[in-house]
Amino acid sequence: MEPGISQRSAELVVAALTLALGLTVVLASYRLGAGWASDGPQAGYFPFYTGLLICIGSVANIVMALLRAGREGRVLFVSWVSLRRVSTVLIPAALFIGAIHFVGIYVSAFFYIASFMILLGRYPVWKSVSVGLGVSVVLFFMFEVWFKVLLPKGAYNILSYFGH
Amino acid sequence: MEELNSLMHGFSVILTPYNLVLMFVGVFLGIIVGVLPGLGGANGVAILLPLTFAMPPTSGIVMLSCIYWGALFGGAITSILFNIPGEPWSVATTFDGYPMAQQGKAGEALTASFTASFFGALVAIIMITFVAPAVANFALRFGPPEFFAVYFLTFCSFIGMGKEPPFKILVAMMIGFALAAVGIDIVTGQLRMTFGFTELLRGFNFLIAVIGLFGIGEILLSMEEGLSFTGKTAKINMKIVLETWKKLPRFWGTALRSTVIGCWLGITPGGATPASFMAYGIAKRTSKDGAKFGTGQLEGVVAPEIANNSAGTSALLPMLALGIPGSPTAAVLLGGLLIWGLQPGPLLFVEQKDFVWGLIASMYLGNLAALILVLTCVPFFAAILKVPFSIIAPVIVVICAVGAFTVSNAMGDVWMMLMFGVVGYAFKKLDYPMAPMVLALVLGDQAESAFRQSMLMSQGDMRIFFSNTLVGSITALALFALFWPLIAMGIRRMRSAAA
Repeated sequence: MEPGISQRSAELVVAALTLALGLTVVLASYRLGAGWASDGPQAGYFPFYTGLLICIGSVANIVMALLRAGREGRVLFVSWVSLRRVSTVLIPAALFIGAIHFVGIYVSAFFYIASFMILLGRYPVWKSVSVGLGVSVVLFFMFEVWFKVLLPKGAYNILSYFGH
Repeated sequence: MEELNSLMHGFSVILTPYNLVLMFVGVFLGIIVGVLPGLGGANGVAILLPLTFAMPPTSGIVMLSCIYWGALFGGAITSILFNIPGEPWSVATTFDGYPMAQQGKAGEALTASFTASFFGALVAIIMITFVAPAVANFALRFGPPEFFAVYFLTFCSFIGMGKEPPFKILVAMMIGFALAAVGIDIVTGQLRMTFGFTELLRGFNFLIAVIGLFGIGEILLSMEEGLSFTGKTAKINMKIVLETWKKLPRFWGTALRSTVIGCWLGITPGGATPASFMAYGIAKRTSKDGAKFGTGQLEGVVAPEIANNSAGTSALLPMLALGIPGSPTAAVLLGGLLIWGLQPGPLLFVEQKDFVWGLIASMYLGNLAALILVLTCVPFFAAILKVPFSIIAPVIVVICAVGAFTVSNAMGDVWMMLMFGVVGYAFKKLDYPMAPMVLALVLGDQAESAFRQSMLMSQGDMRIFFSNTLVGSITALALFALFWPLIAMGIRRMRSAAA
């Protein structure tokens, strides 16, 4: 079988995370007051029960995962190869969002699309640059000019050289 | 007929050049969104919602609902030409649609599917026109316990009717409720679960969740599969259209059955996908060519397409009449109403006549516009899918980021979107359903306040949910839906024991 993360571990990890989330909700609501005040239910009354149900469901999912894994054997959740492919989208996307803080969304989008095409799509540079530029320019006109919605320009606004 | 007068009034509201242009723009964007991987009706509407804040609500809803119609039509294009269902409810369309395309009958399959979609939607809209006002009128006497019971019914039927494991549905749904509770409590003004983060003061916005879960999550999934699109080309001209139309009346029986299934399942939440499968299955069983289904039968395209469009359309009935959306996209539209300052629910029909009837009138015109557009522009839309994934993927990520930012002009939301994307990827792979989570996130506040008001009325006594026939029967129905899997199992056991 291909190496990777098994379905069972993924099920268990996600169920454990939802359990942790459920416990957090229960505790936070309890601290807020999950009971009855003089003027009616307290702020944590409703969330307390949603948290409780998350916990119950998560425990059931953990049990299910343990039971089923024994019967079906090892099924793959994601192979390392696929996971690498997924990260080739996820990591550049994170870099793109990070770069928005510095150079703004238009410049960041241009670099992101162009470099994605060059590095992963193996497109010629001129093609990649023109697609990146095209998308950024269309976005710019759509938002800044037509809809008058201002998008982030970043701390180092390169567009300011062009009067924006 | 009071409804007809109201409908005519609705037409007079929306028949302005501005609204008609928005309608075509909406349908056009909707088809693109339905065709592209990673964008679907729900997040297409979510991304464009902020752009409509400045419009009058009626124009805004016309454009957004047209995106929805477009997406419902567009899903069929990818299913038939590329064997890739753009939306889960288009899966059944691939069974016979793609074989037809392989045999060079793509034009015929597309024409049939578009016509079927239009027919299904039209019947559902007619139903909405006449049934929704009656339902809303009836619901006017609902108090908080009745409303909570209806919410309860909605969420119970997700658990009972969903195809995912019940506990996973429960967890996904409750996470939605918990996320909805984050932020300032509207009743007491206390901060809930913000843990000192100022970013969390505003709470979790469902639009961010939708864009992340459906948009980014979908992109990650498509990337994992290493998708390369190899599609068939389609030629549609007047001759093919007319020839196909001549064949369609033969399937009136299937059409009727599929419409009924679609309208019925569409009103219950999450109905479009099961409706399309059920309609396909029943058509296969009842058709005299049933054995040939799966090899490229026209009837096998017609049945699921009628069902999913009538289901997708009738999902708006509970949204309009009760304020309870039947699908994720309807949930996003409902969120839009809240943002525009309209309180969804039965009072909408009394207080916002222009808005409601304008929307209903726009459904007729929007679907007609969608039919015309898809029949004339198929080659263009199919060409979009030929654009390689390494160009599409970053462009969609950029569009999603822009959409997430514009919701409340916050970069924190863009990061949140990415996080929801990863959650969406894991959830989708592990069979946690996202529709109930989004619905819970949208309805959380209302469900909670209905619950709190009921508890106030009864001083904490749960028996209020059985205090009269109306609320009692809704609650009983909800419990029946919740335990349906167990009841069905029990019946099967009893039958096999008897046999």
